[in-house]
Amino acid sequence: MPVSKQQLEEIALSRKEYNLIVSKLGREPTYVELGLFGSLWSEHCGYKHSKALLKMFPGKGKHVLVKAGEENAGVIDIGDGLVIGFKMESHNHPSYIEPYQGAATGVGGIVRDIFTMGLRPIALMNSLRFGPLSEPHNRYLMSGVVGGIAGYGNCLGIADVGGEIYFDECYSGNPLVNAFCLGIGRADGLVRACAYGEGNLVMLVGADTGRDGMHGASGLASRTFEEVRELRSAVQVGNPFMEKLLIEACLELAKTDWIVGMQDCGAAGLTSATVEAAAKGQSGMDIEVQKVPRREKGMTAYEVMLSESQERMVVIVKKGYQHKVKALFDRWELHSDIIGRVTSDGMFTIRDNGRVVAHAPVEVLNTAPVYRFRPQRPAWLDGLQELDLSKIKDVASGDAGQTLLRLLATPNICSKHKVYRQYDHQVGDNTVVLPGSDAAVLRIQETTKAISMVTDGNGRYCYVNPLVGGMIAVAEAARNTACSGARPMAITNCLNFGNPEKNDVYYQLQECIKGMSLACQKLRVPVISGNVSLYNETRGVAIYPTPVVGMVGLIKDVRRHCSSGFKQAGDIVFLLGDPGGDDSIGSSEYLELVHGQVSGSQRIDMEQEKRLHTCLIKAVERGILNSAHDCSDGGLAVALAESCILGNIGFKGALSVRGRLDAALFGEAQSRAVVSVNPGSARKLEELAYRCKVTVTGLGAVHGSRFALKGLLDLPVSELDRAWMNGL
Amino acid sequence: MKFGIVVFPGTWSDRDCYYSVHNICGQEAIYIWHKETDLTGCDCIILPGGFSYGDYLRTGAIARFSPVMEAVAAFSKKGRPVIGICNGFQVLCEAHLLPGVLRQNDHLQYRCQWTYLRTENNATPFTAKCRPGQVLKIPISHYEGRYYADDSVIKELEDAGRVAFRYSTPAGEITTEANPNGALNNIAGIVNKQGNILGLMPHPERSCEDVLGSSDGNIIWESVIASI
Repeated sequence: MPVSKQQLEEIALSRKEYNLIVSKLGREPTYVELGLFGSLWSEHCGYKHSKALLKMFPGKGKHVLVKAGEENAGVIDIGDGLVIGFKMESHNHPSYIEPYQGAATGVGGIVRDIFTMGLRPIALMNSLRFGPLSEPHNRYLMSGVVGGIAGYGNCLGIADVGGEIYFDECYSGNPLVNAFCLGIGRADGLVRACAYGEGNLVMLVGADTGRDGMHGASGLASRTFEEVRELRSAVQVGNPFMEKLLIEACLELAKTDWIVGMQDCGAAGLTSATVEAAAKGQSGMDIEVQKVPRREKGMTAYEVMLSESQERMVVIVKKGYQHKVKALFDRWELHSDIIGRVTSDGMFTIRDNGRVVAHAPVEVLNTAPVYRFRPQRPAWLDGLQELDLSKIKDVASGDAGQTLLRLLATPNICSKHKVYRQYDHQVGDNTVVLPGSDAAVLRIQETTKAISMVTDGNGRYCYVNPLVGGMIAVAEAARNTACSGARPMAITNCLNFGNPEKNDVYYQLQECIKGMSLACQKLRVPVISGNVSLYNETRGVAIYPTPVVGMVGLIKDVRRHCSSGFKQAGDIVFLLGDPGGDDSIGSSEYLELVHGQVSGSQRIDMEQEKRLHTCLIKAVERGILNSAHDCSDGGLAVALAESCILGNIGFKGALSVRGRLDAALFGEAQSRAVVSVNPGSARKLEELAYRCKVTVTGLGAVHGSRFALKGLLDLPVSELDRAWMNGL
Repeated sequence: MKFGIVVFPGTWSDRDCYYSVHNICGQEAIYIWHKETDLTGCDCIILPGGFSYGDYLRTGAIARFSPVMEAVAAFSKKGRPVIGICNGFQVLCEAHLLPGVLRQNDHLQYRCQWTYLRTENNATPFTAKCRPGQVLKIPISHYEGRYYADDSVIKELEDAGRVAFRYSTPAGEITTEANPNGALNNIAGIVNKQGNILGLMPHPERSCEDVLGSSDGNIIWESVIASI
């Protein structure tokens, strides 16, 4: 079959890739086969542009039970026979075209990745990026995305406990929507996405198949944002009620011994679900598309195989157990149909009314080519990383208060309660620390343990210095979990980048991954899952390189956890970590907001960072700390102000300023945290910090109802609160 | 005693209700699938929160036709206690076991937050353990929670002391700011004429342990347990 340029474009395969397919098959692919290759060899499914780089991530750890890439999500052991699995995934392109459904189905997809494994989803988080809200279109996108997450997630009964939202011009027309899900289960109850055993049956469960979401993986996720405007039909529509039924039915099924595997239909629908399961089980599969229940008439085999209709699961049923499985799904009022069987010939065969329309080796289908591009350090980075402090006017001490109020009110720093109050964050009776603190804390029922979780990623840091930005993304997420008293266990990530075929974007991707890997190694935190979203650009301009980290930590005793707000008058407040130099205003929120400038690299010393975490965790575990809040966006002054606002109480103290005032107050020097302790515990903290080799500086005390730094600032907390609460 | 927790397709508070009455309050509890009609052995029926049938039509409008609802009506006619929480409250209104409706929140957004409820009547089986006017810290989580009924019904409820809980400030003041959804007269929960059916929007099963921020919800369960 001679193939046209247009046909290849539709499925986003190159002529070279087509020739590779021909040589591997020893013949021209059929039309259906070409569709299969287009999806499976897309970046979204095959990671062809990023695979070589992703190998840098450390993936091992003694508590890692399922490593990255092995199953739908990574899994770690938390003791007591319990395991948790988690993953984060992007739904950027669909959310740009249709924000409500794009975000909703993003939640649906990540939730399926978790319960597919027999784990009960108990927590969601979302990491979002939009353009400035001064533009009506960005407001439309944000309200659609938040509405979609709320509308879908709330219906499922999974607590949505946090995440972050940042705004920058670079995300105008390129919003980022990254959804995280975490599930819990018993170690012996894990289900694999695997098909084996000749004669076992392939069952499709859940929604009927329609034409929605055609070419989602190959088309949408492989194109830049201005190209996708035309592809609205490539966005799927979600049905959270159906998903809720699937969760309950599949978790019930996971407890039986009636199946050998389960896999959700995500990107590339039935195609990837079946091919990946067959590849994992080193078997083949024979599928009859006429058996697939459809939503509309006249669908071709090609359309059935590539549809991304939501809320569908593939279950590999042991031969002889199909009636039991069907009865289970019937009880939940879910369709279940046998659409094929597992074979031992290693071939993926698709029939349409008996006629073979595709017959290709599973191995070939599932092995996408791996590309390495030539990374090239962009020349413009030099200028960007330079910071000429002499040209930046320091803040006058009389203006410090006004500057603080401006920072607190800026959308990147202000309270996000207007968003998260729309998400059900308490269902499940697990949420101990609600959204709004550094990290969410969920207790594990029937144990004394708790887990802490957070998402983090600063695109501006990565834009100015991708290596350091990558390191900070991991370090800051770990710092947040450490502030809650949790030992960082593992991370997942979403890598949101521009077009990797451009050398400078590929360089950013490589350096960010390198930086993240270095930080993970230093902190001994493995990467257990993740996702890559490329081609995030509009009119040739890429977004900031934005790796987002989802970090999970473990708290041994839930009674010993910590949150960000000051707790009681009289507590002594300390800064843990080195104050940082004048250049700490580099790439800071302050520098951009007040001076309209994005430049100057941050720096980070991972040894120092690790020591800080050790100190924080030990201090919480010993019950020394009453509050802990990391210094990040907006620096020390914002961290102190937020601890006041969250605790609804004042602070009185002093700061010795040696260099620039703006750097001391608003600089974003890394590896720092503001903590408060009972006066009787101050000595213990100082000793612990000394032993951990962490600099500790007394700042003042929790006091009254004003935020006062002697000679620098004096504002009522109510005024800070007003600015911070009304920023969005 | 034994709690029967009804599960409709789309219910999600069932497990939290089970946890709070069984693990925390130490009572027996069973799940009742919505197609069952035998409530024998149950001392109190809970209709939990969630999105029954996805709530794609009016909230609770389909669930009220589930086979279990006739049994629930019969159970309540014998004067035995029934509690509808959130979606369960909506189902009870749709089934006309309680008057009025739950409309979309006045701000047209979903709302999940802590609320404070002032006990308006502690002479019901659900509030007997509350001090008069006691304020309970219990969270809400809903899109359609704005209690509404016509003037005559509201008057009847108020005159008969059938408003069980009202949204208030932590100090117990009834203010507009304390009302999270625009409910008439800040109504958060009501009882039927006989006083044995309670419908409330907030989730007592979520405030069942101090580690979760409040254990005030247990007072409602303990009141019911004491009444049996």
